[in-house]
Amino acid sequence: MDVVRLLIPLILSAVVIALWELFVRHYGVPKFVLPAPSAIVTDFMHEFPRLISATWTTLRIVLIAFALAVMSGVLLAVLFSLSRTVEFALYPYAVVLQVTPVVAIAPLIVIWTGYEHVERALLLLAWIVAFFPILSNTALGLKSADHNLIDLFRLYGASRWQILTRLQLPTALPYLLGAMKISGGLSLIGVIVAEFAAGTGTDTGLGWTIVEAGNRLRIATMFAALAILSVLGIAIFFALTALEWLLLHRWHESAVRREI
Amino acid sequence: MPVRESAASLLKLCEISKTFDNGLEAIRRVDLDLREGEVVSLVGPSGCGKSTALRLIAGLLQPTRGTVEWPGGKPEIGFVFQEPTLMPWADALANARLPLDLAHVRRADADEHAAWALARVGLAGFGSAFPRELSGGMKMRVSIARALVAGPKLLLMDEPFAALDELTRQSLNDDLLKLWAEDGLTVIFVTHSVYESTYLSSRVLVMTPRPGRIAAEISLPSPAGHSADHRLTPEFAENARRVSGALRGAIENGEPQKWSGAING
Repeated sequence: MDVVRLLIPLILSAVVIALWELFVRHYGVPKFVLPAPSAIVTDFMHEFPRLISATWTTLRIVLIAFALAVMSGVLLAVLFSLSRTVEFALYPYAVVLQVTPVVAIAPLIVIWTGYEHVERALLLLAWIVAFFPILSNTALGLKSADHNLIDLFRLYGASRWQILTRLQLPTALPYLLGAMKISGGLSLIGVIVAEFAAGTGTDTGLGWTIVEAGNRLRIATMFAALAILSVLGIAIFFALTALEWLLLHRWHESAVRREI
Repeated sequence: MPVRESAASLLKLCEISKTFDNGLEAIRRVDLDLREGEVVSLVGPSGCGKSTALRLIAGLLQPTRGTVEWPGGKPEIGFVFQEPTLMPWADALANARLPLDLAHVRRADADEHAAWALARVGLAGFGSAFPRELSGGMKMRVSIARALVAGPKLLLMDEPFAALDELTRQSLNDDLLKLWAEDGLTVIFVTHSVYESTYLSSRVLVMTPRPGRIAAEISLPSPAGHSADHRLTPEFAENARRVSGALRGAIENGEPQKWSGAING
C-alpha cells in the first residue's frame, strides 16, 4: 500500500515530464519561453556551483530566522502568560507586524540595514513572517492547560515556575509543533520575498538568482532554482513533521494509530 | 475501622457560604463537623454546590462567609477529580509521582513511593504506561495512586467514579474501602449515586439544589468490612431507601428537613 502511494505520484510526474519534453521538441518552443526538461538539467549541471552557493545562502538565513522566530515566539508567549499587562501592551504590535505585507516593509528595512548588509534585512523580514504563528499558537497552548490539573498543582503548593514548566509548556508543545510546521515554510517564503524586494545583494540567494535569471531570460536557470526551492520547502516540512512525531508519538492523540 | 464517637474532630465548617463573582450562589450556610476516620458522602442533584464545597475545604476557593477550621492543623490532603485528570505526556509512574516532584522529593525516593502507590491500587507493573494506553478505570486508579502517594490524612473525592461502568465502579468502591481501612483515612466523597453513598459512608449529607444547603444527615453503620455481598442485603436496601427518600425530599422541598440521623440501621 505504502509503495503504491509512493509510486502513483512518481509515475504521474514521469509522464508529465516526458510529455513536456515531447511538446517542446515537437513544436520547437523557444527556450526563453519554456525550456525542455533536458535543457533544465543541462543548465542545472552547468550552473551547479553557483546554485549550490545560492541555496546555502538562502538556507542559512532561513534556518537562523526560523530558530530566532521559535525562540522569541515562545519567550514572548511565556511572558504573555505570566503577565496580562505585557500581553495587552505588546500583542497589538505583534498583530500589526503580522498583518502588514512583508513586501511592503521590505524596502524600508533594506534602507535601514544598508545595502552592504542585505542579509540582515533578509533575516529580519523572514523573522517577521515566521514569528507570529509561533507566538499566537504557543500563547494559546499555554492557556489551554487543564483547569483541574492547575488546581491540583496549587493544592500541592506548586510554584508559578513549576506550573509553567511542568504543566503549561508540555500542554503547549503540540500547539508549538503545529506552528513550527507553518513557520518553517513561511520563513523560506519570507527570505525569498525579501530577496525579491531588496532587489540586490552582496550575497546571492535563490530569490535573487531567480530575479537575475529572469532579467536575462535564462528561463532554464529559473526552473532549476525553483526546483531547488520546492525541495527545500518539502525538506523543511518533513524535518518538522519528523520532529513532531518524535516528541508526540508516545502520548498525543494526534499520533495515535486507530484500528478501524 | 469503626469511627468512635470520641474520634478527634479533623475539620469544622462553620456556616460557610460561597457566592461567585458572577452572582451565582453555590452553597449557603453549610455546617460540618468531620471526625477522623469517617467516610462522609455529599449527595445531591447536579449543580448543588457539592464540588464547590470540596474546593472550599481544599483551600482552592475562599468562602464568602463562614470559616473552615482545622482543629488539629491542616492535614495533608489528597484530591481525586471526576475525570482522571492525568498529564497525558507523562507515564503512570510520573503521574503518580507528581505531588512528590512538586515537593522536591529526591527522584529515587519519589519513584519508589509512586511505584508502591500504583501497586496499592492494583497497577503494579503499569508504571511506564501512558494514560492513553490505559482504560478509564485504570486511569482513575492512577489518579487515586497520585492522591495517596504523599500519605494524606484526608481524601477529597469529587464524583470520582461517575463516568465509569457499574462493575468497574463497584470494584473501585471496594478498593477504596480497603485503602481507607488500611491507612486510617478520612474521606469526603461527593457523588450523585444513592447506592454508592450508602455503600461507602458512615454518614450521608443530602444537599438541596442550588444554592446548596444540607437538607438531611443520615447516619449509617460503618462501612468497615463491607464486601460485594453487602449490596444484596435487605439492610443495604433499607439504608439506600432512606437516602433516596431524603434526596427526593431535598429536591422537592428545597427546605431543610428534620432527619438528623435519628434512625440507626
